[in-house]
Amino acid sequence: MPKIADILWIIPLLPLAGAAINGFFGKSWPNSRVNAVGIGSVSLTFLAVLELVREFFKLPLAQTPIMKSFAPWLVAGSFRVDFNFWVDQLTIVMLLVVSGVGLLIHIYSTGYMAHEGGYYRFFCYMNLFMFFMLTLVMAGNLVLMFVGWEGVGLCSYLLIGFYFLRKSAIDAGKKAFITTRIGDVGFTIGILLAFWTFSSVDFGTIFMKVENSPVEAVGQIGVLTTIALLLLAGAIGKSAQLPLYVWLPDAMEGPTPVSALIHAATMVTAGVYMVARMHALYSHALTAMLVVATVGAVTAFYSATIGLVQTDIKKVLAYSTVSQLGYMFLGLGVGAYAAGIFHLMTHAFFKGLLFLAAGSVIHAMGGEQDMRKMGGLRKKIPVTYWTMFAATLAIAGVPLFSGFFSKEAILDAAKDGPHANLTLWVLGILGAMLTSFYMFRLLFLTFFGKQRYDEHKVHVHESPKNMLVPLVILAVLAIGGGWFALPTMIGGPDHFQNFLRPVFEAAPAGTAAVAEQANTEPVSPGAVLVRSLLAPGVIVALIGFLTAWWFYIRRPDVPKKLAQSVHGLYTLLLNKYYVDEFYLAVIVRPLLWISTNVLWHVVDENLIDGAVNGAGHTAREIGQQARQLQSGNTRSYAAWVIVGAVCVTVLVLGVWGMVR
Amino acid sequence: MNAVPTSYFLILSAILFGLGVIAFVFKRNIITILMAIELMLNAVNLAFVAFDRANGGVHNGWVFVFFVIVVAAAEAAVGLAVAITVIRNRQSLNVEDMNLLKF
Amino acid sequence: MTLPLIMFFACAAIAAIGALLVIFLREPIHSALALILVMVSLAVLYLLLGAEFIAAVQIIVYAGAIMVLFIIVIMLLNAGEEERTNLSKMARYAGLPLGIFLTLDLVYWLSHAAHAAPAATGAVGTVGADPTRDLAFLLFRSYLFPFEITSIVILIALLGALVLAKRDS
Repeated sequence: MPKIADILWIIPLLPLAGAAINGFFGKSWPNSRVNAVGIGSVSLTFLAVLELVREFFKLPLAQTPIMKSFAPWLVAGSFRVDFNFWVDQLTIVMLLVVSGVGLLIHIYSTGYMAHEGGYYRFFCYMNLFMFFMLTLVMAGNLVLMFVGWEGVGLCSYLLIGFYFLRKSAIDAGKKAFITTRIGDVGFTIGILLAFWTFSSVDFGTIFMKVENSPVEAVGQIGVLTTIALLLLAGAIGKSAQLPLYVWLPDAMEGPTPVSALIHAATMVTAGVYMVARMHALYSHALTAMLVVATVGAVTAFYSATIGLVQTDIKKVLAYSTVSQLGYMFLGLGVGAYAAGIFHLMTHAFFKGLLFLAAGSVIHAMGGEQDMRKMGGLRKKIPVTYWTMFAATLAIAGVPLFSGFFSKEAILDAAKDGPHANLTLWVLGILGAMLTSFYMFRLLFLTFFGKQRYDEHKVHVHESPKNMLVPLVILAVLAIGGGWFALPTMIGGPDHFQNFLRPVFEAAPAGTAAVAEQANTEPVSPGAVLVRSLLAPGVIVALIGFLTAWWFYIRRPDVPKKLAQSVHGLYTLLLNKYYVDEFYLAVIVRPLLWISTNVLWHVVDENLIDGAVNGAGHTAREIGQQARQLQSGNTRSYAAWVIVGAVCVTVLVLGVWGMVR
Repeated sequence: MNAVPTSYFLILSAILFGLGVIAFVFKRNIITILMAIELMLNAVNLAFVAFDRANGGVHNGWVFVFFVIVVAAAEAAVGLAVAITVIRNRQSLNVEDMNLLKF
Repeated sequence: MTLPLIMFFACAAIAAIGALLVIFLREPIHSALALILVMVSLAVLYLLLGAEFIAAVQIIVYAGAIMVLFIIVIMLLNAGEEERTNLSKMARYAGLPLGIFLTLDLVYWLSHAAHAAPAATGAVGTVGADPTRDLAFLLFRSYLFPFEITSIVILIALLGALVLAKRDS
C-alpha cells in the first residue's frame, strides 16, 4: 500500500471519476445510485486527506513541504510546467477545509436537491468542482494552479446557471464567468511576467529567487510589485472584492448548497489562498501589500453597508461573504497571513453553516426567500434556528466562538502589527459593527417577531435528517473551531499560528514578529483575558447586537421610520449604490455598441466580407473585361496581333540598339 | 555592285512590310488579307537577300529565302482552301461576318 | 547617279506604289494584280542584288503559281467590290497609327543595321563564279534535311487543301 504522499494525484482524481461516472451514466439512475457515486467519491477523498495529514505530521520538519512531480506537462524550451504538487501546512489546512466542508455540503445536497430535476447533473458538477478546487490548492506551480482557478470558475458558471430555464440564472452565470475573467487577464499576465522574471513558474524556484531579491518599499513599483498586483487582479475577481464583486450577489440564483460551497467556503477563498501562497512575493512588494489591505478593508466596510438593508436572505449572506473576504484580505495585507487563513477556515464553517441553514429555512418556507415574509419561525424549525444562532454569534465575533478569534487576530494586526494601518483598522472596526447588526437583523427578522406569512399557504416543516446533520456538525465547528487559538487569551501560544509558522516565517516582517509579540509579554493571564474580552471588536459587536435588538424586537416600527427619514441614503443602499447600473452604462453598453457597430458592421461585414466577396467580385469583373477581347471580330484580332508585334519589335530592336 | 547601299534595300523592305501590315489591318476581304500576308513575306525576303549580299561568302540568306518561298506557297494553298470553306459557310467574303469565335 | 541606283529607285518606287495600290484598290482582283506588280519589281531588285536564282524562283513560284492561285480563287468566288463594314473599333483607330509606327520603327533600326553589318568586304560578297551552284551545294548538303522536310510540308499542304476545299457531297 503506497503512502498517500506518493499517490497525491488520487486526491483530486477521485471526485473527477465521480463526476465522469455521474455525468455519463447518471441520467437514468435513481437518486440513491447518484448519491453513492457522488458522496462516495468525496468521502474517499476526505479519507485520503486525513491519511495525508496523518503522514504529514509524522514527517520531520525538514522534510516538508512535500514536493512531488508526477509527469511533465508543457515543455517548450526553457518553459517547463509539470504536474507537480506542493503539500505544506497551508495546503493541509486548505485540503481539510475543502474536502471536509465539501463533504458536509454534498451530504446536505442529497436532501435539499432531492426533488429537483437534473439531480445527476448537480452532483456531476459538484464533483467536478471538487476536482478543480483540490487541484488548485495542491498545485505546485502557477500554471497548474491556474488550471484549477479556471476550472472552478467554469463549475461556478455551470452551477449558478443550474436552473438553466430561468433567464436570470443563466445571466448570473454569464456575469460571474465574465467578471472573474476580467481579473483572470491580470492573473495570466502576472504568470507571464513571473516566468519572464524568474525563468520558472514553479513555486519552489520562485520562492527561492524572491528571497534573494530586495524588498520593494511602498511607492516603489518594481517588477515584483507589478507581478503581485497583476496576480491580485485575478484574486479580486475570483474573491469578489471591489470593483469586481458584482457577480457574487447575482450568483445566489444557483441552488443554496452551491452558494454555500462555492460562494462561501471554497471558490471565493481561492484568491485569499493564492495571496497567502505567494506571501514571499507580497512581503517583498510592500506597495502590493498595502493595496491588498486597502482593497480588503474598503470592501469589508462597503459591502457591509449594502447588506444592512437587503430583504432577500441569501443576498444578505452574499454581501456578508464579500465583506468577510475583505477581512481576510485585510489580514493578509497587514502581514498577518496566518490570521487571514484562520479567518478563511472559520468563515468556511460559519458562512457555510449560514447558507445551509438559510437553505433549510427556504426549504421550510416552500421556496420563499424574502425575509419580510418570514417571522416567528423559532419554535417551528428549532434545529435550524439554533444552528443559525450559533453561526450568527460566530460571525459577529462574540467571544469564544470561532469568528471571534480569527477576526480579533486580523484587527489586532491591523492596529498593532508590523504593517499596521490605523485607517484600515477603523474601517475594519466599523465593518464589524455593521456585520453584527445585519446578521442579528437577519436572525430577528427570520426567527422572531410576528408571523408575516399566511399559515394556510405555507406549511413550515423542519428539514430532513440528511440536511440537519451537516448543520449540526458545522455548528460544532463554528463554535469550537477557534479553540486552538484560545491559549492566546491567557498568554499562551497560538497553535494555529505556530502550525503555519514554517510556511510564513520566511516573510521578513510578518507573522513571526506578531507571534513573538504574543509570547514575550510578561503579563498575567487574567489581564490578557480581560483585555481580549474588552477588545474593540467585541465592543462594536455588542453595539451592533443591541441596535438590531432595538430595531427589530423592541421597537419594530423604528426601521421604517428611519428609512423614510433618510430616504435618499436608504434607497442608495437598497440599490447597491447603483454599481450594476453604472457598470452597465459605462462598460457593458459601450462594449456592446462597439461590438455591434464597429466590429460587426464595419470590420466583419465591410472589411472581411468585403475582402472575400471583393476578391471574387474583382476576379469576375476582370474576367468580364477580359472576355471583351473575344469579340469574334477577326479584324480586332488582327489589330491586337499588330499591337503585340509592335511591342516585341520595339523591345528587341531597342535592346539590340542599346547593346550596340 | 556596291553602288546601292544595303540600307536602301532594308528601308524599302521595312516600308513594304509596314504597308503589308496596314493592308492586313484595313482590308475586309479575306482573300485580300491573305495577299497582304504574302506582301509581308516578300518584304522579308528582300531583307534577307540584302543582308545576304552584305555578308558575302556563303549564301545562307538565299537558302532562307528559298525556304520562305516554298513554305509561303504551301501556306497560300492551305489558307485559300480554308478561306473557301469559311466563305462557303458564311456566304460572305467579309471577314467581319466570320465572328462565331466569340464569348 | 549610277545605273544601279536609278534602277533601284525605279523598282523601289514601283514596288511601293504597287503595295499602296494593294491597299487602296477596292476590287480584290485589282489588288491581286497590284501584288503581282510588286513581286515582279522585287524580282528585278533581286537581280540587282545578284540573286539570279532567287529572282527566277520569285517569278516562277511566287508570281507564277501563288498569285495565279489567288486569282483563280478570286474568280471562283466571284469576289466583288469590298463592303465598307466597320465593326472593329480597335482596327479602325489603332490599326493605322500602329502600322505607321511599326514602319517607321523598322525603317529607323534597319537603316542603322546595315552600318553594323560586317559588310563592305570589298567585292559585293565574293561573288563566286556560279552563285547558283553554290546555292545548290548549300541546299543539298548543309541544308538537306530542311529541304526534304519542305517536300513533306508541300505534300501535307496539298492533302490539306484537297480535304478542306472539297465540297460535301
